Amino acid sequence: MGDALSLRGNHALLTRANPLAKFTAVTLITLVLALSIDWVSASVALAFELLLLPLAGLTVALLWQRGWPLILAAALGGWSTAILAPDSGSVLLDAGIWSISAGSLQLGIGFMLRGLAIALPAVLLMSCTDPTDLADALAQNAKLPHRFVLGTLAAMRLVGIMAEQWQTIGMARRARGVGSSGNPYQRFRAMLGQSFGLLVQAIRSASRLAVTMEARGFGGAERTWARPSTFSGLDAWVLLGGLGIAAAAVAAALGAGTWNLVFLTRQ
Amino acid sequence: MKSSPGVRPAAVTARGWGWRHAGRTRPAVSGLDLDIRPGERVLLLGPSGAGKSTLLHALAGVLGDGAAGDSGDSGEAENTDETGSLLIDGAAPRAQRGRAGLVQQDPETQVVLSRLGDDVAFGAENLAVPAAEIWPRVREALDDVGLGRLPLDHPTSALSGGQKQRLALAGILAMRPGLLLLDEPTANLDPAGVLEVRDAVGRCLDKTGATLVVVEHRVGVWKDLVDRIVVLQPGSATDSAVLIDGPPDRVLAEARDMLIGAGVWVPGHVPATRMRLPARGAGHVLLAAEGLAVSRERPRRAGLRDGFRTIAPRPVQSGVSVQVRAGEALTITGANGTGKSTLALTLAGLLRPVAGTVAAAAELSSPAAGHSSGRSADRLSRGAGPDPYRWKAQQLIARIGTVFQEPEHQFVTGKVLDELMFGPRHLGYGEDRVDELLERLRLTELVDANPYTLSGGEKRRLSVATVLAAHPQVLILDEPTFGQDANTWAELASFLSELLDAGTAVVSVTHDAEFSAVLGGTELRLRPREAAAADAPGPDLQLPEGASPWGTH
Repeated sequence: MGDALSLRGNHALLTRANPLAKFTAVTLITLVLALSIDWVSASVALAFELLLLPLAGLTVALLWQRGWPLILAAALGGWSTAILAPDSGSVLLDAGIWSISAGSLQLGIGFMLRGLAIALPAVLLMSCTDPTDLADALAQNAKLPHRFVLGTLAAMRLVGIMAEQWQTIGMARRARGVGSSGNPYQRFRAMLGQSFGLLVQAIRSASRLAVTMEARGFGGAERTWARPSTFSGLDAWVLLGGLGIAAAAVAAALGAGTWNLVFLTRQ
Repeated sequence: MKSSPGVRPAAVTARGWGWRHAGRTRPAVSGLDLDIRPGERVLLLGPSGAGKSTLLHALAGVLGDGAAGDSGDSGEAENTDETGSLLIDGAAPRAQRGRAGLVQQDPETQVVLSRLGDDVAFGAENLAVPAAEIWPRVREALDDVGLGRLPLDHPTSALSGGQKQRLALAGILAMRPGLLLLDEPTANLDPAGVLEVRDAVGRCLDKTGATLVVVEHRVGVWKDLVDRIVVLQPGSATDSAVLIDGPPDRVLAEARDMLIGAGVWVPGHVPATRMRLPARGAGHVLLAAEGLAVSRERPRRAGLRDGFRTIAPRPVQSGVSVQVRAGEALTITGANGTGKSTLALTLAGLLRPVAGTVAAAAELSSPAAGHSSGRSADRLSRGAGPDPYRWKAQQLIARIGTVFQEPEHQFVTGKVLDELMFGPRHLGYGEDRVDELLERLRLTELVDANPYTLSGGEKRRLSVATVLAAHPQVLILDEPTFGQDANTWAELASFLSELLDAGTAVVSVTHDAEFSAVLGGTELRLRPREAAAADAPGPDLQLPEGASPWGTH
């Protein structure tokens, strides 16, 4: 967990950009892609995003390692759309209630590509952005309340600790004779007990961490920042890049005549 | 001593001060009168429940938000209640954030941010110190606590317990407080970590001249660093909260017996414990490990290109061969990160070995149904196979009992009695052993209490009792004496020595040489992976030594 979020050893260009600029660029692309279900805009955006991988210090293997749940979810989403969408055009596969037609397949592929194109920028952003720097930028540049931003940041560190505690509590409970075997109901109860144990420990840790932070003067109205979050010329390029990808996606879809706004869609 | 710029030692004044936590009927502290002069170094002693931590939290200005440290209940049904006055330099602690800095017991929750330098800067930022001044302060603080050689972006998750506590100290120092408050800062650390932290505190005090108040029941660690000991007693309406107050040597001379009685670790005193009976020859082997490699990580699957083969995790320790024998103690020692606990948990059948085997002897895996009665006990005693990791949970606890370092991790019910009955009930045993354990470990009074509300010593005794209630022939304990007062320590050591003489095998992971000396037996000393790799074969097996780095208590 901690390792996955750490940027140590990643010196790619985009790690030096301001997190807020990267965040804005990602939001731009995501917003545009959320507007239309068509495969042209999604594949154009996806192609550009894949080209950006090296700039974020990512390889395809690393991308899979970090983003496989998202990639899998996109694929599944596409598959179920292809099966369940109303048929149009020639039917390619018919298995009783499930059928895939040319039209539904196209819709399914569009759905999958769009899922990927939306998920990928988020993976890109997190791969080249340290959470601490993101918090700095959100509090200093976007003027979000620092209590909230820093509180969330500190809590994220506890997630890693909780993962370790889950394993420990599981073993500790087995050592008390509470096994994760038996019928599904017994397993469910064992899980519930373990979750309760984890909850207790999580509350303990959180209240101790809160004392730690308060004892270090956290929560006052005034605060300075040891790491000033600044913008540079690189950030202008990041914003332009985001805008460019979004614009290219829309233009390509309009040109190909596939652009259809989701909330205006009529079959 | 010369003060570094910006540090003005603080004075503490308490006049009839008392505090009751929300939802509690009795005050944690009452009628406290105390004066601490600027620059004084005070060790605060007293039995658990005397309100030492409450006082430190109040001085740190963190009391009153329902955050009462380890007291556990966060119900704010009733309001807290403060009486009298407690002032730092004549003003309320809450009104002057940053005048006092607090270091607590648990290293894990003292780290706020993920990079070393950022974490130290956090307090200074909160006090609105100008940005240009923060980084020089951070570097100075890290130098002062001996972490100056690490890069500022070093991940805080990669630090050891002792390093984390020193990091917490650095975070406090960067705030330039006039009052340093330490709440059992070394209770969770190994001997090397204890000295690291103690020495870092000493250096910083010499440099800044700040006032110190430290709570710790190992007097030996702090005796030479403080110039005054204050002993508190649990609050009552009539008596003063301060029992004894004076220079360390005088207090230790005058109140020695009282302190020993209260479970304080007084220098030069090892609590009396039961002696082991003379050995009657080697016990039977119950568990044998061969070429064992251990890790907490689970095996991963390789990608498509490698044909989805299983990738074994990198072991934290390997090549361990050891035998656990009936009626004999085995002590696992070694520096931090050598995989002591991981090895113990693997022997306990809780982790799967990365390589090598843990095998239970027939006597352990299919014991004659002699010591227990009931149908399910018979079912359990039938052959369970030699691999403890494959045993069902109930088969496991009737054979190998494991006591975790943190007792709370093992609580599964809401009442002490249910907690003790849990194992026997599931195994179909009688209740005789439970009564005996309640009596023997002084838990009879507590049968209706919620396990989470017990004191540290009571939790430890309960966790040992619950595991033993299932009659295991092998008992495995992970750092059983960490943070325990001298009374609990002596009780535990005596009790385990009795168990050993009665034929139970006891495996303990510990840094506590005096504890291992009471139990006797063999010591398995693990070496760091690099050293172990350089010259095989694995760890050393030797008899425990009399002399110890832990001889300070």
